[in-house]
Amino acid sequence: MSNETPRGNNFDHWLDSYAARANTLSVSEVRALFAVVSRPEVVSLAGGMPFVSALPRELMEASFDSMMSERGNYALQYGGGQGDQRLRDQIREIMALEGIHASVEDIVITTGSQQGLDLLGGLFLDAGDVVLAESPSYVGALGIFRHYEAHVEHLDTDDSGLNPDALEESIKQLKAEGRRIKFLYLVPNFGNPSGVTLTEERRHRIVEICRREHILILEDNPYGLLYFGEKPPVAMRSYEEDCVIYLGSFSKILAPGLRVGYVLAPPAIRDKLVLANESALLSPSTFTQMLISEYLEKSDWQGQIDTFRDIYRERRDAALGAMQEYLPHLGTTRPDGGFYLWVTLPEGIDSKAMLPLAVTELVAYTPGTAFFANGGGQQNLRISFCYPTPENINLGIKRLATVINRQTELLETFGN
Amino acid sequence: MIPGLKKGQQLRILILAGGISHERDISLKSGRRVADALTDAGATVTFHEPDEHLFEYISKEKPDLIWPTLHGASGEDGSLRDILALTGVPFVGATADGARLAWDKSIAKILVQRAGIQTPASLTLPRETFRELNADSVLAQVAKHMTFPLVVKPARSGSAQGVTIVEDPAHLNRAMIDAYVYCDVAIIEKFVTGTELAISVINEGAGTIALPAVEIESTTGRFGYDERVVAGDTNYYVPARLEQGILEKAAKIAIKAHEELGLRHLSRVDLIVDASGVAWFLEANVAPGLTETSLLPQAIVATGATLAQVYLGIAEAAKAGRG
Repeated sequence: MSNETPRGNNFDHWLDSYAARANTLSVSEVRALFAVVSRPEVVSLAGGMPFVSALPRELMEASFDSMMSERGNYALQYGGGQGDQRLRDQIREIMALEGIHASVEDIVITTGSQQGLDLLGGLFLDAGDVVLAESPSYVGALGIFRHYEAHVEHLDTDDSGLNPDALEESIKQLKAEGRRIKFLYLVPNFGNPSGVTLTEERRHRIVEICRREHILILEDNPYGLLYFGEKPPVAMRSYEEDCVIYLGSFSKILAPGLRVGYVLAPPAIRDKLVLANESALLSPSTFTQMLISEYLEKSDWQGQIDTFRDIYRERRDAALGAMQEYLPHLGTTRPDGGFYLWVTLPEGIDSKAMLPLAVTELVAYTPGTAFFANGGGQQNLRISFCYPTPENINLGIKRLATVINRQTELLETFGN
Repeated sequence: MIPGLKKGQQLRILILAGGISHERDISLKSGRRVADALTDAGATVTFHEPDEHLFEYISKEKPDLIWPTLHGASGEDGSLRDILALTGVPFVGATADGARLAWDKSIAKILVQRAGIQTPASLTLPRETFRELNADSVLAQVAKHMTFPLVVKPARSGSAQGVTIVEDPAHLNRAMIDAYVYCDVAIIEKFVTGTELAISVINEGAGTIALPAVEIESTTGRFGYDERVVAGDTNYYVPARLEQGILEKAAKIAIKAHEELGLRHLSRVDLIVDASGVAWFLEANVAPGLTETSLLPQAIVATGATLAQVYLGIAEAAKAGRG
């Protein structure tokens, strides 16, 4: 072994060979947790895993059987880069539930909406471009923006969603600095990680601002159909076709293992997305597209979404009830749908540093720092209520309270 | 199977990996790498979690040997090793007492110091001290009598978690809080500027030997948990870029610390060599990482030996009660 050259972290012999953008890849705050949450003793309030056990197996088996008997050869073959036309037609019906009326020609199927985001990043982002985002914002999107070396500017966000005044102010300032703003990225319904929903009034103002300033809105909406009471406001794409790119997914309303999402984009962008999709994948999985298409065709999929809503509503109630019981002094969002609570800790507690201690107390969560590109979120954590049972949610939050109270006592000792 | 390595065919080895710890994934990766090497050496390897079924499994399967690759308190504080000893099945690594002594850095420092090894001056302060004597007054005394920079770290914790280098007395308060997150006892230690070395020590039954020192160079000035485990801001050099005479002295210190603490078949001793060539003991790791990027296996590879050869040697020594 030579001692002439630094070997770099991981003793990597190819350290000098990587493209510069490989340095933008970093380990997710959540990933190290995946191993520990597999222990049954640990209550995981960390990952946003849909409760797929509530999806009757016979529904998927029936879809599989009919797909294989009726379209088996097609399902096992390569497909087109835009995705299966029948499924795209069915996606139109799903989007209509959120107020969107679109042409089947403008839909592109992707390998999860995550791949849709990646394709858009590759098409639009040059190093140094600015992406505007909520505070906090979805960790998976932040990873993509970082990979394309974009700068993420987090904007003030409150219980009504992203603040349009902050958006205007930020655009003004960034443009004065000569920065190039490419996207406003939003999860407007039951956001990940905040659980907050953008109000209708703010949606209209945001669309108006972005149209005027020539900024594309990425409207990422995986949770919109998982509302617990009233429906959220209609999608921004329903009243603005040219400056909104809409992303949807089957991961939360069906199953994430199928890895099927979709993008609805203006025709010129759609063309480039199809080319990019073909370049990256040749085609998204025909097999899982066909399976979903059969499921949508032959089962009561809206009834199944109702079932999911009931389950998640009960779990949301369990989480809020436990927060009230064990940690009543902490601020938390009160989501009307989706998977998450966003909790604000007492000042001085670092959620990332506290995590190993929480794991030893048999509870896991996601530190708030995962959801900021600028190091923010230390004083926050995300609780996912989608997967554990209500009883385990209560137990997990009780354990979390023990850890937080211990930290609070420590801070008091040191006068913080 | 590596040609010529038939000896291990008779060995049935149970690897203990996983556990409930933030370092669970590292433990599982270590376990799988050890399993790969031992399988190459012809041993029959099985895995188990340290869980409610473990002792029933050991009793039923009666392995020849247990190799724990567990990190964090359960794998390193001696408690599990005490219970493993009750099963009568030999195991690799420190005895329970050895693990207990090394796991608590404040105790390890006292023991190696008594053996003539230099270790940076330090204070060991339980959290209660600050409650009784008032935090501000205790920290004022520290700031008055100790020279900055200082290192604040939990007395019992792994992977550099909760470690802060404090340059300014005003930041001591926060550093104490960060250390107490991991353990109720914290060490405030004089910071020694120099070259950081990790020296892995092994015993294959024919005596304790030190492997080539790995030099650790942090390009950010930090070497915390992220830099150690996941990020890319650290450079390693094998062998270290120091004079041979200094490296030989450091190796002797590592061997002495390993033996003094009773760490038996394997450990990793962390040292800092200052500008005058003096090696200062920082800590000894009872369960060093054994993943593909960990320092101990990299040091083995640097000797020209294979992991299969060395791990089999360690396993056979442990089974025979040597080392």
